[in-house]
Amino acid sequence: MKAFAELLDRLVLTPQRNAKIRLLADYFRSAPDPDRGYALAAIAGTLSLATVKPAMIRDLLLERMDEVLFRYSYDYVGDLAETVSLVWEPPEGVVPDDIPLGDAIDKLQTTGRAHVRRVVRDMLDRLDTPARFALLKLVTGGLRIGVSAKLAKQALAEMGGKDVTEIETLWHGLAPPYLPLFRWLTGEAERPVLSTPAVFHSVMLATPVGEGDLDGLDPKDFAAEWKWDGIRVQLANIGGTKRLYSRSGDEISGAFPDVLEAADFSGIIDGELLVGGTARTNRATRTFSDLQQRLNRKTVSRKMLDEYPAFIRAYDVLFSDEVDVRGENFLARRALLSELVASASPQHFDLSPLVPFSSWEELDQLRSDPPDPVIEGIMLKRLDSPYTAGRAKGPWFKWKRAPFNVDAVLMYAQRGHGKRSSYYSDFTFGVWTEIDGKETLVPVGKAYFGFTDAELEILDRFVRDNTTERFGPVRAVRAEPAFGFVVEVAFEGLNRSTRHKSGVAMRFPRIARLRQDKLPHEADRLETLQAMIERKS
Amino acid sequence: MKPDALLYPAPKGLYCEIGDFYIDPVQPVDRALITHGHSDHARSGHGQVLATRETLDIMRIRYGEDFCGTSQAATLGETIDVNGVSVRFHPAGHVLGSAQIAVEARGTRIVVSGDYKRRRDPTCLPFEPVACDVFITEATFGLPVFHHPDDRTEMQRLLASLKQFPERTHVVGAYALGKAQRVIALLREQGYDAPIFIHGALQRLCDYYRGEGIDLGELRPATLAADEKQDFAGTIVIGPPSAFADRWARRFVDPLAIFASGWMMIRQRAKQRGVELPLVISDHCDWPELTQTIREIGPAQVWVTHGREEALVRWCELQGIAARPLHLVGYDDEGE
Repeated sequence: MKAFAELLDRLVLTPQRNAKIRLLADYFRSAPDPDRGYALAAIAGTLSLATVKPAMIRDLLLERMDEVLFRYSYDYVGDLAETVSLVWEPPEGVVPDDIPLGDAIDKLQTTGRAHVRRVVRDMLDRLDTPARFALLKLVTGGLRIGVSAKLAKQALAEMGGKDVTEIETLWHGLAPPYLPLFRWLTGEAERPVLSTPAVFHSVMLATPVGEGDLDGLDPKDFAAEWKWDGIRVQLANIGGTKRLYSRSGDEISGAFPDVLEAADFSGIIDGELLVGGTARTNRATRTFSDLQQRLNRKTVSRKMLDEYPAFIRAYDVLFSDEVDVRGENFLARRALLSELVASASPQHFDLSPLVPFSSWEELDQLRSDPPDPVIEGIMLKRLDSPYTAGRAKGPWFKWKRAPFNVDAVLMYAQRGHGKRSSYYSDFTFGVWTEIDGKETLVPVGKAYFGFTDAELEILDRFVRDNTTERFGPVRAVRAEPAFGFVVEVAFEGLNRSTRHKSGVAMRFPRIARLRQDKLPHEADRLETLQAMIERKS
Repeated sequence: MKPDALLYPAPKGLYCEIGDFYIDPVQPVDRALITHGHSDHARSGHGQVLATRETLDIMRIRYGEDFCGTSQAATLGETIDVNGVSVRFHPAGHVLGSAQIAVEARGTRIVVSGDYKRRRDPTCLPFEPVACDVFITEATFGLPVFHHPDDRTEMQRLLASLKQFPERTHVVGAYALGKAQRVIALLREQGYDAPIFIHGALQRLCDYYRGEGIDLGELRPATLAADEKQDFAGTIVIGPPSAFADRWARRFVDPLAIFASGWMMIRQRAKQRGVELPLVISDHCDWPELTQTIREIGPAQVWVTHGREEALVRWCELQGIAARPLHLVGYDDEGE
């Protein structure tokens, strides 16, 4: 448990992706089985452990500790698991050693409700402070360490010198503590063979169209489709087992019972998950904000299902029945897909239409001014390309519509991490609106990239020279109609937000240009952003 | 006599009326007794200063030759008469030269501990328990949450990170007096013998510690010519915590932010500061040390000052020990 606890503590405080991967990979290399497999499960969210209520933990502590002293401590620390891990004192004579993570999990999984209290107490007595914290986070269910399953898989790939798509493909066919997976990664055994094909198969990804990428390519060799603003999914129905996966292989079946239930064909398809009506029902596709209402849920209410009906706009087919068709070319696969969609539920499935075009210029026009607000660009697919996992350059391209731009005023800056720890590099910016008859700036977003190193120097200097207030690592800067710093912010879309005071949230905002030529009063107004949302819906 | 008549908090600090002196006053006074050299306890501009030789030296380094009118060095364990009040200095184990001050008159003895700790520190003498009627204790880490781990394991975590991320500069924030030298000495004890690079603000105090016979190994200034960026990869650099946010930190390759402080026990504290590797190294007592010290000394009364007074007072109440908070102002609550 000690090594796992140290790993968690390091991961929480490590901002850089690569550093996180190294911490994870080094842990996976050095920790024994089955500990590392359980650690992987805890991090990737696949560990099932009957959870313990925070109230029980509190009770356990108060058996030994004065309530007033506990309250002072809890008020100071603010997190129950952390407070308990810090104040816990084993009884006289009990020297903390360590409990292997695997043993602890095993014990917890096999302990009945009636005895869990005693088991947790004994473990708390035997562990040291960081390990107590790890245990409490495990049993109360919520590690919150800022590591996604995707990142954990990346670390496994790094550890075993494999491609991450191989791990994604295996992932859903394996279970904690992942012994065959680790044996394969360490070279002690062959690649595990999966018993069910209804597992996730790594998706084919597109590369963005860069300067000159299309030169010398013949439009006749490509098909074009609209790029819809939903989430990319894979739906598998093999031998009666139905699963819905996100692009990175996270299972999201629980959130979309409507789509799953309607899937009466046999095979695996690739498509965009959206809400609203399919083209076949002649109703409009709704925005990403609407789709968000359905995401990240374990269960869905009837009302949710009625108000935000989900469907899949199918792009591709990987398995037809149990036959792997990924080796077929795009046109052949599309013919199979079109057949399959035609006989599927019209409310839940439609076929992504092809966009006819004869030249790149024509396509550029279409891309810049798409016919539906939920379209975010064009996909280009080579007609002769098989379906290959990963992001190879050539067979598929994505060509996004131009980003939105606004001029906003710098309001707050926060110090960055790692390489940027001595720079103010995370910027919150705002636009003008009238509040109580007064022109006021309201924050509309935060960006920490888009600028060059030289531009960062300029921004950092402005922040240091014009700080008006400090809140820990955050500084407020001068932002007045006639004095301040204007930045051009590019973003991919806008959502309504109840979390932000301005009522809007930007997607993928970045600082496109520094506008030292502008004064803050020339920056954009909130009404401009609100109008963009109105247009969309 | 009643202890309150011997020592009481006044606007300028803890005051002894009979002896007409202050202990660690926060404003200039005619006569000051100083427990140790940290700037919130040792200020410049007093008339007469009585402190250990080391504390006087440190004040001279920090404030210049004319840091006070006249100074007198107190020898540890020796009784000095100040206007009829007996005063004795005893080691406090906090930083080099730190002392508790025992103040005694008409059969009543009060010990002002100043800042203190109970663990072994290769850079200063260990705390010495002194029997007394009233023990005035600090409470910087006076909450049951503070159980500081063994400092050797903390150093091993730093050395492990250095192995794991050999391409990054390990920048350690540590207060210039005491903590920085202790971290260096602990690293040396763990067998780390590569040069350690230090911020300019640490230079004179490190030199002084070395002059006092404390082995810090090879120290080099963390400065460089314009074209040598790569040089600090895989090294340990120590600077004052404020230097993290400074442009100073930009010279290092992919710096890994480390902070050596008792506060690092609390995750949110580390997170707020952008610390990637928190090292719990404290020059103050943790909760068990505070409570054990009170038990060991067994004073009739405990007065609690700077920090989280309420929890320690509560603990004393539960133990049946008379205790009260001593509301002194001007000490740095973040004294780490």
